[in-house]
Amino acid sequence: MNALRAEWTKLRTLAGTWWLLVAVSALTAAVGGAASASVGCQATGCGRDPAKVALSGIGLTQAIVAILAVLAISGEYSTGMIGTTLTAMPRRSTVLAAKAVVLAGLALAAGAVGVLASVLAGRLILPGHGFTAVHGYPPLSLANGADLRAAAGSVLYLALVALLALGVATAIRDSAVSIGVVLGLLYLFPVIAGALSPDWARRAAQVGPMSAGLYIQATTDLRSLPLTPWQGLSVLALWAAGALLTGALALRLRDA
Amino acid sequence: MTATVHRPRVQPRRDGFAQTLRAEWVKFRTVRGWVVGMIVAVLAIVALGVGPSSQGSCGTHGPASDCTQTLGPGGEAVTDSFYFAHQPLDGNGSITVRMTSLTGQIPDFSGNGAGNGGPQTRSGLVPWAKAGIIIKASTSQGSAYAAMMVTGAHGVRMQYDYTGDAPGLAGAVSAASPRWLRLTRSGDALTGYDSADGTHWIKVAAVTLAGLPTAVQGGLFATSPPYWQASGGGTSVSGGSSAATGVFDHVSRRGGWAGTASANTASANTAWVGTAIGDAGGPAAGSPGSFGRADGRFTVSGSGDIAPSVSGAAGLGVTITQTLIGVFAGLIAVAVVGAMFMTAEYRRGLIRVTLAANPRRGQVLAAKAVVIAAVTFAAGLVSSTIVVTLGQRLLREHGVYVWPASTLTQLRVIVGTAAVLAVAAVIALAIGTILRRSAGAVAAVIVLIVLPYLLTVTTPLLPTGPTDWLARVTPAAAFAVQQTLIAYPQVSNVYVPSAGYYPLSPWAGLAVLCAWAAAALALAAYLLHRRDA
Repeated sequence: MNALRAEWTKLRTLAGTWWLLVAVSALTAAVGGAASASVGCQATGCGRDPAKVALSGIGLTQAIVAILAVLAISGEYSTGMIGTTLTAMPRRSTVLAAKAVVLAGLALAAGAVGVLASVLAGRLILPGHGFTAVHGYPPLSLANGADLRAAAGSVLYLALVALLALGVATAIRDSAVSIGVVLGLLYLFPVIAGALSPDWARRAAQVGPMSAGLYIQATTDLRSLPLTPWQGLSVLALWAAGALLTGALALRLRDA
Repeated sequence: MTATVHRPRVQPRRDGFAQTLRAEWVKFRTVRGWVVGMIVAVLAIVALGVGPSSQGSCGTHGPASDCTQTLGPGGEAVTDSFYFAHQPLDGNGSITVRMTSLTGQIPDFSGNGAGNGGPQTRSGLVPWAKAGIIIKASTSQGSAYAAMMVTGAHGVRMQYDYTGDAPGLAGAVSAASPRWLRLTRSGDALTGYDSADGTHWIKVAAVTLAGLPTAVQGGLFATSPPYWQASGGGTSVSGGSSAATGVFDHVSRRGGWAGTASANTASANTAWVGTAIGDAGGPAAGSPGSFGRADGRFTVSGSGDIAPSVSGAAGLGVTITQTLIGVFAGLIAVAVVGAMFMTAEYRRGLIRVTLAANPRRGQVLAAKAVVIAAVTFAAGLVSSTIVVTLGQRLLREHGVYVWPASTLTQLRVIVGTAAVLAVAAVIALAIGTILRRSAGAVAAVIVLIVLPYLLTVTTPLLPTGPTDWLARVTPAAAFAVQQTLIAYPQVSNVYVPSAGYYPLSPWAGLAVLCAWAAAALALAAYLLHRRDA
């Protein structure tokens, strides 16, 4: 409990934390709203998933969540604060666990605000752009199971990205290299999958933390996905767990 | 007796830019992590470029399975399939016709016929359905030609050697508004004329087909390129082959045509031969096209196209750009090094020493930019040269069709890719100076360059309009420098970034990235001056 409090105080008292969190909420909603306003439908159909469009801001704001999580640990290394932290709390795994809980909580909170605003924006904007019942799209609603899964899953997605980034940064320590590795893991899988032959692309999309994790946003045409939405999010969860374990191991074995 | 006076040699311009440059180069060279970062970038680009080469089936099942495209006189890949009603022409001559109708069949995706199998067709014309007169070196695919034609929606055109296209009379052809076409051959010069009434002729264009043999084939043709329909707001396309039928009368020939040695009309002979060039079959039951003649009226139907070949949504093969996919991994490594090149100075307090040694802060920033850009450019040049040359050979060996690209184009792709990496490193350096924190700087570079690429090229989530806009204004516009395919206005196709066609020209795209870098550098220089170190 003390560890939680300590980590919460450390993160809370950094000015950057709040700016980053506000940016997560605001940009998730702004990008989602802009995407919703830019799509349109034709007589033949809309051809895209309204939930994915409304929640597309996550693709950008996951980078901000990653920055926040990376700085939470690599900031301590760059200032030497880690020495003080580990002197006060010699149980290193506890320190990492406390950081993980606080970061996940912050990501959940900021993500929830942003996602709720995105869903609201999508609900208001999308019907004006042809996503109407005529084309088979009821307005976005959290009462709808698929939409709720997409929205809640997107919030969880951000929290898992925070954990992935924390684990990577704990293992690597340097902030620039860590953020490069984290964003590389997230963005490179889909980019490289785009250049592969279809069956390899499908395989790459299944193992990539971002490409698989964002299956949680799918509400239409689920059968064409290589994984179910929850399976996709579990892939990201596995990545996050693996990164945290590696980080914990490195933290335990290395000198601070 | 001479006394040698020893005095310290005066260093000319101790605080000169060259000194600063040298100092920054020494800093870069002596930090192991940064050198390793650059090596990682090179290895990532090479490994991803030549490693997971996709597997194709071209040429793997014997010579018959070779994926080859017909090549035109200029060496470019072309489509050359149409129905040709022809006669030999020896030496000079001309052909004149009147066209009274162009009709066609296109696939029907309206939905009322879908689902019960079989191709549904309805009457209609694709914009580039073509019928008219043509003089062609031979009946083999890819041979030189010049043609006068009426089109579905682009009026009368004169087209030649696949890539040439000149507009004639506008408007559609009909019995009420016929189109007269004339093609004159004199040596290897061909001149096209059109007329609305058969008396007032207008020259459309005169072209030279170098090396045209004396004996050529000339006559009537019809063809119609595949029909594409974007569905789902541009995320997918459906299509199929179409057919066009042209009706000709008042066919007259002059000069060295067979059977017209002295006479000047075509009525005396029956030597017209109908040939389906290439696969000229239409959508209806795969008929190979047809040619009919009654009372001086000729009817020619065909399907296909006489045009440069383009890689469309359903295109065949890949381009050399595919081998450069590792650039994105390299880009991240380069961004990390570029940002740290500045932020490490702040972290260690070295910036105070640096600025004490050279108080001209702008010069320090410029020296850093030059060093990181030069190093990255060199690394990018080495790695992209390797993957473009070796990668495309591997792809071909794996049976993948790789679109031909001229040496000059390949050179542009290689140099352009190295430049993209170098400018991205400078942006990382500038943002690192602005933020003084590496995490933010690295993330900013990745989000600015990789994310828009993902949204425009890899998985376009948005419709064509916003996607086009993203591909013009974001730093990802720079990837236009890797484009090897050519978008032809006279070929209907889905010209979108995800199919390899960028809205900006290669160098204009790179200029967009440079503009971002200039803006970031200017802000960085301003803040470096204003703030305490």
